[in-house]
Amino acid sequence: MSSFHEVIRKNESSILAGWLAEMASSNRRSDLMSDAELRQQATELLRLVTNAAETSTDPMSEAFSSTRDYLKDIAKSRMEQGFSPAETALFILSLKQPVFNALRDTAGISPTKLVTEILTAGTVLDRLAVETVNNAVEFRDLVISRQQEEMLELSTPVVKLWEGVLALPLIGTLDSARTQVVMESLLSAIVETNSQIAIIDITGVPTVDTLVAQHLIKTITAARLMGADCYLSGIRPAIAQTIVHLGIDLVDVQTKAKLADAFALALTRLGKTVVNAKQVAKSTNKREEA
Amino acid sequence: MVLKSDVHPIVGSDDVVRVRQVARQWAAELKFSLVDQTKLVTATSELARNTLEHGKGGRMRVELVENGARRGIRLTFEDEGPGIANIELALRDGYTTGSGLGLGLSGSKRLMNEFDIKSETGRGTTVTVTRWK
Ligand SMILES: Nc1ncnc2c1ncn2[C@@H]1O[C@H](COP(=O)(O)OP(=O)(O)OP(=O)(O)O)[C@@H](O)[C@H]1O
Ligand SMILES: [Mg+2]
Repeated sequence: MSSFHEVIRKNESSILAGWLAEMASSNRRSDLMSDAELRQQATELLRLVTNAAETSTDPMSEAFSSTRDYLKDIAKSRMEQGFSPAETALFILSLKQPVFNALRDTAGISPTKLVTEILTAGTVLDRLAVETVNNAVEFRDLVISRQQEEMLELSTPVVKLWEGVLALPLIGTLDSARTQVVMESLLSAIVETNSQIAIIDITGVPTVDTLVAQHLIKTITAARLMGADCYLSGIRPAIAQTIVHLGIDLVDVQTKAKLADAFALALTRLGKTVVNAKQVAKSTNKREEA
Repeated sequence: MVLKSDVHPIVGSDDVVRVRQVARQWAAELKFSLVDQTKLVTATSELARNTLEHGKGGRMRVELVENGARRGIRLTFEDEGPGIANIELALRDGYTTGSGLGLGLSGSKRLMNEFDIKSETGRGTTVTVTRWK
């Protein structure tokens, strides 16, 4: 009997040394991870694989479940440390050579047995490596979608233009998830700042279709219910024509071509006027002279 | 005559964004005016979302077509969803079986030069639209 797991158990320390040496020559990234941590991970993984291989040679079987769990943790921590999925796979794949060496050096092993065991060990380690890459990619997808969500919120800033006047400059594609965020952030900002007027500027929105229009109309209606007026600005000529063809009714909505125009209207409604400071100064001086 | 063609799946909401970009690219390559580009892209958005939401997913075929001296873009949206029982009704402004404005289908018809819809209940829906340059 000289199954690969027995051979690993018998030659544990030399295989471990061989494995660490293999990694040092190929993909060791000492900038990302300490030697001690690497050694500890390698030792633990070797122990888990050896134990599991005693009862099964199928890496997807129940026997390998704790090995797979451990690899999942490794995939996650490596990802966080900045390793690529390929580098993480190499960590497992570079165990093959030392194990093959140990099998080859086993006294009295028959050539047939040697080939069988090398194939079995090779397959097990390959599949574990693939599994780890899958984990790493899955984990990375998770990180990406979380970042996307964070960006959704970042890209919808509500700005205060004046006491009582808010502006929401929208930039980019308004898919439904983001439009929801927009709507909520504007409505809560209206309450927080006790604003009477909110300007939604769509200069940076490439496509206004029925879904976007519906979200805008809903937001404007909700704002109105809260006692605030909403103006829509930044409607480019091409978008204006498209809206008309689609049949979207914006007659109840106060629209302006430019954000500046909407802001001027807002100030007028609030009873403010913008005057030229120099002229004001001049007339004040005149009055003082008189 | 079809000069070039391509097929894109519509199975998730990011595919709606993607096919919109495809339509914009093709329209820009054909040097469509900004207004025409916007019309084509908006119709694409409507029809792709119908394919996804009402048709339970499908695909968009995009073709560069030529008719004599004219060139244009033809889009075909196809799904194997529930189909539309009453097309005339579906094409009416404001008609919706969902919670939309009910303007997608009729609006797309107005945004494009040619519009054709075939549907069979239980089999699916195919909408073909063309915008000429
Ligand atoms: N591909 C399709 N498969 C099945 N039914 C469809 C399909 N496309 C449209 N319909 C039906 O036609 C109706 C009208 O479509 P239309 O796009 O005009 O409105 P809507 O999608 O409900 O709302 P919106 O204004 O947001 O587009 C839909 O509510 C739906 O019942
Ligand atoms: Mg629709």
